[in-house]
Amino acid sequence: MKKTYKIDVDCANCANKMEEAANKTPGVKEAVVNFMALKMKVEFEDGADIDGVMQKVVENCKIVEDDCQIYL
Amino acid sequence: MMKTLTEKQKKLLYRILAAIVMMILLSILPLKQYPAVRFLLFLVPYFTVGFDILRKAFKGIRNRQVFDENFLMAVATIGAMMLGEYTEGVAVMLFYQIGELFQSIAVGKSRRNISELMDIRPDYANLVTEDGVEKVDPDDVETGSILLIQPGERVPIDGVVVEGSSSLDTSALTGESLPRDISEGDEILSGSINQSGVLRIQTTREFEESTASRILDLVENAGSRKAKSEQFITRFARWYTPAVCYSALALAVLGPVVSMVFLHRSGGWALWSKWIYRALTFLVISCPCAIVVSIPLTFFGGIGGAGSKGILIKGANFMETLADVRTVVFDKTGTLTKGNFAVARICPAHTGYIHTGYEHTGDLGDTGEEPGREPAGLLAQESRDQASAVRAGGKAVEERLLEYAALAESFSTHPISRSLREACRVNGQEPESPGRVGTCREISGRGVVTEVDGKSVAAGNSLLMQELGIVIPPEDDHSKTETGTIVHVAADGQYMGHILIADEIKPHAADAVRELGRAGVTRTVMLTGDAEEIAAHVAGDLGIDEYHARLLPEQKVEKVEALLAENAKGAGRGSLAFVGDGINDAPVLSRADIGIAMGALGSDAAIEAADVVLMDDDPLRIAEAVRIARKCIRIVHENIGFAIGVKAICLLLGAVGIANMWLAIFADVGVMVLCVLNAIRALV
Repeated sequence: MKKTYKIDVDCANCANKMEEAANKTPGVKEAVVNFMALKMKVEFEDGADIDGVMQKVVENCKIVEDDCQIYL
Repeated sequence: MMKTLTEKQKKLLYRILAAIVMMILLSILPLKQYPAVRFLLFLVPYFTVGFDILRKAFKGIRNRQVFDENFLMAVATIGAMMLGEYTEGVAVMLFYQIGELFQSIAVGKSRRNISELMDIRPDYANLVTEDGVEKVDPDDVETGSILLIQPGERVPIDGVVVEGSSSLDTSALTGESLPRDISEGDEILSGSINQSGVLRIQTTREFEESTASRILDLVENAGSRKAKSEQFITRFARWYTPAVCYSALALAVLGPVVSMVFLHRSGGWALWSKWIYRALTFLVISCPCAIVVSIPLTFFGGIGGAGSKGILIKGANFMETLADVRTVVFDKTGTLTKGNFAVARICPAHTGYIHTGYEHTGDLGDTGEEPGREPAGLLAQESRDQASAVRAGGKAVEERLLEYAALAESFSTHPISRSLREACRVNGQEPESPGRVGTCREISGRGVVTEVDGKSVAAGNSLLMQELGIVIPPEDDHSKTETGTIVHVAADGQYMGHILIADEIKPHAADAVRELGRAGVTRTVMLTGDAEEIAAHVAGDLGIDEYHARLLPEQKVEKVEALLAENAKGAGRGSLAFVGDGINDAPVLSRADIGIAMGALGSDAAIEAADVVLMDDDPLRIAEAVRIARKCIRIVHENIGFAIGVKAICLLLGAVGIANMWLAIFADVGVMVLCVLNAIRALV
């Protein structure tokens, strides 16, 4: 299962940090942040609770980069 | 200017302006006698401009993400304020924020540029239903539906034109600025813009599989593959920032201690504050923002800029490999040549219908069935000049020759016959006129003998002519110099001339090879399944260093592997790129260091296997891709070198106490701004 989310973040490095944080979140198989398109593409593990996982992803991203947004 | 700023940027700008005004006021006011008041007053601009940095630093500490640039800035400025260096403290924060604003504007601008260029996603489709036309989401359109496309609208889904004709602007897809004329039966790709006429198309794909969606998908996923230099930066930042913080701490503590112990200086606040100031300067200088910000920005600009020219690079890592390309291997057909047979030249016999009586020497051999090349030799040009000198109204003779050949071959489905008919059509002639063509006899391996306008017209290779006892005048016999397929035509036993059919070399192929040389490619290799002579001719014409002919597809993989092994042996020879048209060469594309598929929009396998996809089939784009990659990597290296160099020098100066906070601000913000400016060059 793959989903794309719109994000808002200021710098390219912060986008990399978000990507790292999202990838460390349980339930996420692979997350790719595209700073150019301001999008985060998330591939979930099979059977993952998408809404729950994304809540966690947002939390984890906020920890590494306070000034970021993920529009769920 | 103000209009292009976002709300966030505007707020930051106002805060910066407000802080500057306050700082000016504070420097005018006579506050020397009231240190406490002075301190409190300076806190106003400090918090105005820096509160968000302080908050982020604080949150960072709480979340155990301590060592980032916010933390560095917070420590440095709070330290400066404590030491009573109010102006410096506020200034560091102020300039840091100016740098941030600047970077944010630059990024926003590049992003807008790229998204405008890559804006190929259609918002709606006009679905034709029984009750009329309905505007629907392209996602809901089923394959085989009929869509209406008005002038000025974007083609939402790939399809075939069923009604209407128009010209299409395909620049968003291919970077090609000339519009393409289309009419019924033509295939059109989503993402192009209908310019003039109303079109009805039948969709051949779903929206998700359509060209526009696939390109966007590719670009949006480009970020997933990190370049080595990006990984380097991530690793670098991980140990660098803590290292700098501890060094600063060491400087602040050990400096005074060493001074006291070894130089017998008296301790006391003056000495300590001097060393703390140095440590803070050190901290500001060493902030890694310039590198951390500019390097991803460079790749982002480079990939976006290339995308806008119809060159899709699948990731930053491929940007690096592409920049390092020294060997380019071409699959001939589809990359250097068009891969289709076309009439290259029409050569009427020098003396028209009249047989001149030259004796046929009999050693012509078989010149038929050799696919070949477009001849550009002097000899051909010469004979053409002679021919036109001999005949007045040569054009009419040429047309007649072509028409007879096409009519004679009008029953055949051979690719050669098709190209004859096609050439006729381009000339505005009617290649299929049932009334004029009578019985047809096909002689396998030779050609055809057909009744046309009551004459017995023979069209075929020299063997056919020999069999029919028709003599080819020696001056019309180019079998030794041509490598295309020659169709001789004779009417009622009289030799009329010949038509040369060849696989055409693409117009820019020779330029492309030259440009690659100029871009730093030292070795070009051509692989082909064609015969030796053809390969030699094409390679010679285009200035390609080596060629390997008569290769089966799997032998191409072996050849590329052999070349890769050679490259590996001769260390430092750079990487190897394979260029293919995406047909049957997916294994080779994935085997090479970097696989470039050209004109591959239609082929899913090629898009999957290739690392770089060229949207149109102009070979010049290969050199352009290499140049873009080289420029991007050069900028990355420049920025790394420049930033680390300036910082290293300033750090040394700071550690020994020559550099002050103002130099530190330059080393941080100044270098960052310069690096960002440099990074933006990658976009164009």
